[in-house]
Amino acid sequence: MNNKPKIGVYVCHCGVNISKMVDVDAVTEFASHLPNVKVVRNYSYMCSDPGQLLMREDIKNEGLNRVVVASCSPRMHEMTFRKTLAAAGLNPYFLEMANIREQCSWVHEDREDATGKAKKIVSSAVAKVRLLEALYESEVNVEPATLIIGAGIAGIQAALDIANAGFKVYLVEKSPSVGGKMSQLDKTFPTLDCSACILTPKMVDVAAHPNIELMTYSKVEEITGYVGNFQVKVRKKARYVDMDKCTSCGVCAEECRLAGRIPSEFNENMGKRSAIYLPFPQAVPAKYTIDPERCLFLTRGKCGKSPKCVDACLAGAVNFEQQDEIAEFKVGTVIVATGYDVFDAAKKPEYGYAEYENVITGLELERLVSASGPTGGDILIGKGENAFVPKEIAFIKCVGSRDKSVGNEYCSRVCCMYTAKLAHLVGEKIPDANVRVYYMDVRAFGKGFEEFYDRVRREGVRYIRGNPSEIFKRGDKLVVKVEDTLTATPLEDEVDLVVLAVGLEPRKDVREVIDLLRLSQSSDKFFLEAHPKLAPVDTATDGVFLAGCAQGPKDIPDTVAQAKGAASSALVLLSSGKVKIGAQISFVNEATCRGCGYCVDICPYGAIELVEINRMGNILSVARVNDALCKGCGACAAGCLSGSVQQRSFMDRQILPQIAVLGVMR
Amino acid sequence: MNTEIQSFIQKYDLLGCIQCGRCTGGCPVTVRTSLNVRRFVYNALDENMLDDLAKLPEVWDCTACNTCAVRCPKGLKPVEVLIGLRNILVESGVVQPAVRDALESAFREGNPWKKSRATRSDWMDGLEVNIVEPGEKVENLIFVCCTIAYDPKVQVIAKNLVKVLNKSGVDYGFIGNDETCCASEVYNLGEVGEEGLFDMMVEDNTELLNSYDAARIVAISPHCYSAFKKQYPNLKAEVIHYTHLVKELLEDKKLELTKELPKKIVFHDPCFLGKQNNVFDEPRYILSQIPGAELVEFDRSKQRSLCCEGGGGKMWVETESRKERLAETRIGDAKDLGAGLVAVACPFCFLTMDDALKAKGFEEEMRVAEILEILGELID
Ligand SMILES: Cc1cc2nc3c(=O)[nH]c(=O)nc-3n(C[C@H](O)[C@H](O)[C@H](O)COP(=O)(O)OP(=O)(O)OC[C@H]3O[C@@H](n4cnc5c(N)ncnc54)[C@H](O)[C@@H]3O)c2cc1C
Repeated sequence: MNNKPKIGVYVCHCGVNISKMVDVDAVTEFASHLPNVKVVRNYSYMCSDPGQLLMREDIKNEGLNRVVVASCSPRMHEMTFRKTLAAAGLNPYFLEMANIREQCSWVHEDREDATGKAKKIVSSAVAKVRLLEALYESEVNVEPATLIIGAGIAGIQAALDIANAGFKVYLVEKSPSVGGKMSQLDKTFPTLDCSACILTPKMVDVAAHPNIELMTYSKVEEITGYVGNFQVKVRKKARYVDMDKCTSCGVCAEECRLAGRIPSEFNENMGKRSAIYLPFPQAVPAKYTIDPERCLFLTRGKCGKSPKCVDACLAGAVNFEQQDEIAEFKVGTVIVATGYDVFDAAKKPEYGYAEYENVITGLELERLVSASGPTGGDILIGKGENAFVPKEIAFIKCVGSRDKSVGNEYCSRVCCMYTAKLAHLVGEKIPDANVRVYYMDVRAFGKGFEEFYDRVRREGVRYIRGNPSEIFKRGDKLVVKVEDTLTATPLEDEVDLVVLAVGLEPRKDVREVIDLLRLSQSSDKFFLEAHPKLAPVDTATDGVFLAGCAQGPKDIPDTVAQAKGAASSALVLLSSGKVKIGAQISFVNEATCRGCGYCVDICPYGAIELVEINRMGNILSVARVNDALCKGCGACAAGCLSGSVQQRSFMDRQILPQIAVLGVMR
Repeated sequence: MNTEIQSFIQKYDLLGCIQCGRCTGGCPVTVRTSLNVRRFVYNALDENMLDDLAKLPEVWDCTACNTCAVRCPKGLKPVEVLIGLRNILVESGVVQPAVRDALESAFREGNPWKKSRATRSDWMDGLEVNIVEPGEKVENLIFVCCTIAYDPKVQVIAKNLVKVLNKSGVDYGFIGNDETCCASEVYNLGEVGEEGLFDMMVEDNTELLNSYDAARIVAISPHCYSAFKKQYPNLKAEVIHYTHLVKELLEDKKLELTKELPKKIVFHDPCFLGKQNNVFDEPRYILSQIPGAELVEFDRSKQRSLCCEGGGGKMWVETESRKERLAETRIGDAKDLGAGLVAVACPFCFLTMDDALKAKGFEEEMRVAEILEILGELID
């Protein structure tokens, strides 16, 4: 087949996208004189069925063995035409795209010049296509298991979907319980379902599912390998409590010498816990954990005569000898569902969050209105005897969102609605409260959101359009300094409680996950998806997917939808059991490689390593490409000092003639 | 569209504004004047209105405290819009005589106080002061500020700095009569036209300051400090405020406060030092080293400090309002705290706060003093 090249050139009008600026007939005529060109045609839409049919017929009837399509960017239709070639029985890699749209007709204004350039582009594609070689894609097996990092609602949902489809899931959660931020919420907008009521059953399901191996209080330490074949190492931190023995009766926590002395993370540090603790009543697994940073015995080696938890536990579950355990396993795919942190309101000192106990965040108010919260569901501000029920209450929206002064330009998407929800709940708990919401815009875009916003206003929550600038104290009152922009009235609004609708931010420990998986971040610092529209759950690393707020702020419905999307993408690989490895990848000529390792450093995918070979009794080190990891970016080939690394379809002897035709090389 | 006016919109990025109101919400003077800077930003979008807007008297109520700019969520600087409008008046020549005179004096004599350049160093009479010449090597080049140099009431600040410097033995030098206004207030009065007086003064001052072989320029006034830091892109030396230097001297034990001052002291943050340049700790550190003193804080302190209304050209244009001055509010707050001493670190704050103290009639139980003045009294 590889004897004499017989080239077909197909020039596309792309409607008028190309033909408006490029004289397609002239390009066709020009191409017909190029060496080895057997057939040239132009057509209104080469990518259409009739367009492709033209090519297939020519390949069969004229015996074409090389094809140039002069149309759009290869990113657009290279795959389309490769399939066309394959359907006609030709190796799909005997195709070269000449991009006369993005790189020509769209960017030029002079028809004559543009036509001249289109001719050059076509001639260089023809020069290259002659030299192309047949390539074959290979396949690797996919380990039928998934690692999910993070067990908030995103990780939980993805785990359940994949496990229900019959595949193994390793669900790794950093904290002692699954549930994430959703477990801290009281009710959920816009329907006001009780958050725990809809979440707890799913939490229980992940723990009980035969296909899910749940690892809480654990950390992924290392991920190596590639799509289909990731090798994972997880550290299961010592809880100092035997999970098999603990009955979660709670006597240990009651007896703990530090009972009621340690701020509870679950209650946003408003309530107190013991050193041995269950983060919250519905925690899954329902097993106690000893906080190694607080426990007297673990920090000082001594807790009275003997640790009270040990004495109290009838099941004998407390075990200070327990060690961290390392689990190692293989998975085919990975889902990152590590969620978010709320904006740290202290970064806006003008709101006095660090100074005033009656300036609180939305998440803190969630805990205050929750029956499982530190006040049993009463909105009580302040401690002990000084605690009071606020009457004049102001919400401030967009705290840490849409705000360049703190470096967050994006909208956090949930604060408008959670503010409406919390304003409603305040009204339920304190019927005579006067609630106002200071806002810049109200974004009620989701299903049922606008209706809910209407309802809350009609209940008497006042919406005042103005973004407060400052909070200070006057007597017992907080003064919110703000302008009512609709009446152009500067106000000093005196209130008892200010609730800051803090936005969502990437987690502070996000680096850990980036380092594990070489993930990229978008400008907002959330994880970057492969394509904002068409690949929203994929990442640049094959086999690694994103779900939930790790990818960007979103509410629970969107989080669940995305988790299901990520699960589905993972299942595509798991259920087919095989994954294709690209063909246009790099390879090393070991005979000339000097083993300098430059390509190893350059490769952004970690796909090249130095290996030792025995060449006639001499042990030499040479570069070797891992086909499954190589993405065909070509950086190594461009960087190689001796020309030993080459990329298939882009080898020096293929692209240098292509460039030479352009007249830039003598 | 008129290209000149289009550039007003572009220059101040007016199209970036979402009218959220945080600027007016935070504006300290709204409690006593009708200034609403958000509306100026909005109305300035209409090219035909600029001249009319510039004539509104509240354009001159702005103190240039910059709270609106520091907090704007979209990165605009509403204060600059007001200064841009002042520029329209200044350029057209219809401006209050006091403003006109101040600008003219800055141009002719290098100070906005209508004083002769030749008398700039008169405050040094009778003091042992190191003066340095261009080319000379000096660790700390001191920049005095026009108000401190000429206003007899404020000169104590400079005099006490000399005392502190001599006592500590640190390497320093003053510029003398060649020192020229930093132009911060020239800018705020509206001389912001292209290649106008402000640009010219920045250029000349840069040349002058760069002619010394100085490691650091030490500004006494936060207004000069802020200007040098933010509006002088080509200075060679590092710019610091005197509180940075004095903190170093105290830490290195080059300066020791021996006398006691058994008083409750409250520090009032200058906008140009605190809010605008985030210097909060140095003045507090210095005051905390005073033997016998107890440091208290205003509720509205640091980033939330209340402006004294001394900046933004307010030394030359009085705000028409019967409502209490902000400096008086501040003095009232200090009284409620039981403070015996209100410490300031800026010549303008010193003037406004001291006036307010007298207006309130609290001279008996309270005093306003600049930090250097306090230090001068605590060393021999
Ligand atoms: C105040 C407030 C109120 C809200 N109210 C509502 C509402 O009423 N309705 C609604 O729809 N949405 C609401 N939301 C949004 C809701 O919280 C999110 O949509 C949802 O929690 C996102 O879930 P997630 O799983 O993506 O992230 P998360 O809930 O943050 O879960 C992430 C999980 O991953 C774990 N993790 C993180 N890093 C690692 C790691 N390296 N290794 C292992 N585990 C890790 C975390 O511990 C956590 O368990 C509200 C948000 C706030 C702030």
